[in-house]
Amino acid sequence: MPLSSITYPAAAQRPLLDTRYQVETPEGIDLILRPAGLVARALAFAIDLLIRGALLAVLFAVLALLGQFGMGLGTILLFLVTWWYMVLFEVLNQGRSPGKQLMGLRVIHDDGTPVGWSASLIRNLLRFVDMLPFAYTLGILSCLNHPAFKRLGDIAAGTLVVYRDNAPSVPKLPAAEPLRAPFSMDLSEQRALLGFAERAEALSSARRLELAGILAEPLQVPPEQAEQRINGIARGLLGPT
Amino acid sequence: MKQSLFESQHQSAWQAFSGQLDALERGKADNQQCQSFAADYRRLCQHLALAQSRGYSSHLIEHLQQLAMRGHQQFYRHRSPLGGQLLGFILAGFPRLVRAEWRFVVAASLLFFGSLLAMGLLVYLVPELVYSLIGTEQVAEMEQMYDPDARRIGRFGERDSGDDWMMFGYYIMNNIGIAFQTFASGLLLGLGSLFFLLFNGLMIGAVAGHLTQIGYGETFWSFVIGHGAFELTAIALAGAAGLKLGWALLAPGRLPRGEALRLAAGHSVRLIGGVILFLLLAAFIEAYWSSMSLASPVIKYWVGAGLWLLVLSYLLLAGRGAHAPD
Repeated sequence: MPLSSITYPAAAQRPLLDTRYQVETPEGIDLILRPAGLVARALAFAIDLLIRGALLAVLFAVLALLGQFGMGLGTILLFLVTWWYMVLFEVLNQGRSPGKQLMGLRVIHDDGTPVGWSASLIRNLLRFVDMLPFAYTLGILSCLNHPAFKRLGDIAAGTLVVYRDNAPSVPKLPAAEPLRAPFSMDLSEQRALLGFAERAEALSSARRLELAGILAEPLQVPPEQAEQRINGIARGLLGPT
Repeated sequence: MKQSLFESQHQSAWQAFSGQLDALERGKADNQQCQSFAADYRRLCQHLALAQSRGYSSHLIEHLQQLAMRGHQQFYRHRSPLGGQLLGFILAGFPRLVRAEWRFVVAASLLFFGSLLAMGLLVYLVPELVYSLIGTEQVAEMEQMYDPDARRIGRFGERDSGDDWMMFGYYIMNNIGIAFQTFASGLLLGLGSLFFLLFNGLMIGAVAGHLTQIGYGETFWSFVIGHGAFELTAIALAGAAGLKLGWALLAPGRLPRGEALRLAAGHSVRLIGGVILFLLLAAFIEAYWSSMSLASPVIKYWVGAGLWLLVLSYLLLAGRGAHAPD
């Protein structure tokens, strides 16, 4: 008896319920990106703003000693910091300004490739419009309305701000005797069972019991034993270590 | 093949690939190491596809997906010889681009130079008009700046080389900032660019008309004619780039608006690249040549006319050859 009556053509084509963004690469695999929302991006911007402010304060204190030559240099530096800080960091530091690096974000093209000069310049020049009429109003509205949280500059440049993923920790499967499943499963069902076993440590025992109980009937065991059964099947799927 | 076997077979390869990625991300990879990167990356993609099609656990797939993502980032980095590209852009790319976008360039030039000339003439004929646009204090400041009695002209009367430096910085900051604003505000359906083109045209026209009318014409014109060739053209071109953005939103043709905007932005940002070069040149000329009082006004007029001719012939004629410049 199948677990569910709905069959999907392929696991990857199911509509995702979250904000993840899929890109198919020339190698024929799907990259899964997680666009960053408004708050994370605003914090990254605030950090960058503080860094720039501190940088300019120090520079001007030093350059003021040099007189008018220093003032000229200072104005050029002010220009560089105002308009080029983001561009230089994004292009030369793999899409990460210091603020984004701290918040674990990076800028990439829509197709998942690292951001280049032209796109970075566009998104940072158009920041001027995102800031209109005051305090990033247009940018915030656009960000909140877009499925991938893009501000206007991002739409025009074709860029995305995504989270950099941390390496996942290796999960420990609960000990159980490897078993064969009493019915055939499709790929998504296999992954669901494996996922349950891998996440067991993070779930409370009551929640585990509740989730496993759903499968008690097709597994033909009482609900209390369902969890042990699923763990066994997961072990069986994983194979001998 | 069961997942455990698959993992134990390839674990070492994945770890090696991950190490290589770490080195690349920190920019410390040596050439020898990277010889096999493309092959390693493709093999990893194959492993990921296999793992997905065999229904292996989410943990393994996520791990491989992250490696693939990081590999993708390194593999598709946009690296090109910047120097060569820049040279090609200056020699041919930029003037070609300007000619290709001639509709927007003509429209922006008409708006900017048209409003400049019209306002200049109006203020020259009806002197009081200048006060309807510019405050009395600013007008007095302008008059003081271009007073024929000053030794060196420009924003401050007396200047030495330190001043030149300071003004160079100031011109860069001010002018490129204006150009960027003119471009960026084109995103507001072109209205922003329209505003900045007309506003700057009217302001400059009013100042020019007023100073000519009160008899400071020689100091003013001999000062601005040199760098004006680059500066005014650059502002008009920045406006053209902004109008292109706005037009992509207003009339996207057969594309969705977002897509049309993305394509238009790709073209217009290259125009902005040229504008930045023009404005750097203009700032240099303005700080070091225009403000010099050693050269007589006649020489300055001749040089200025030469520069205007140079800019126009550059935009109209450069890069027409069939061969790409090397």
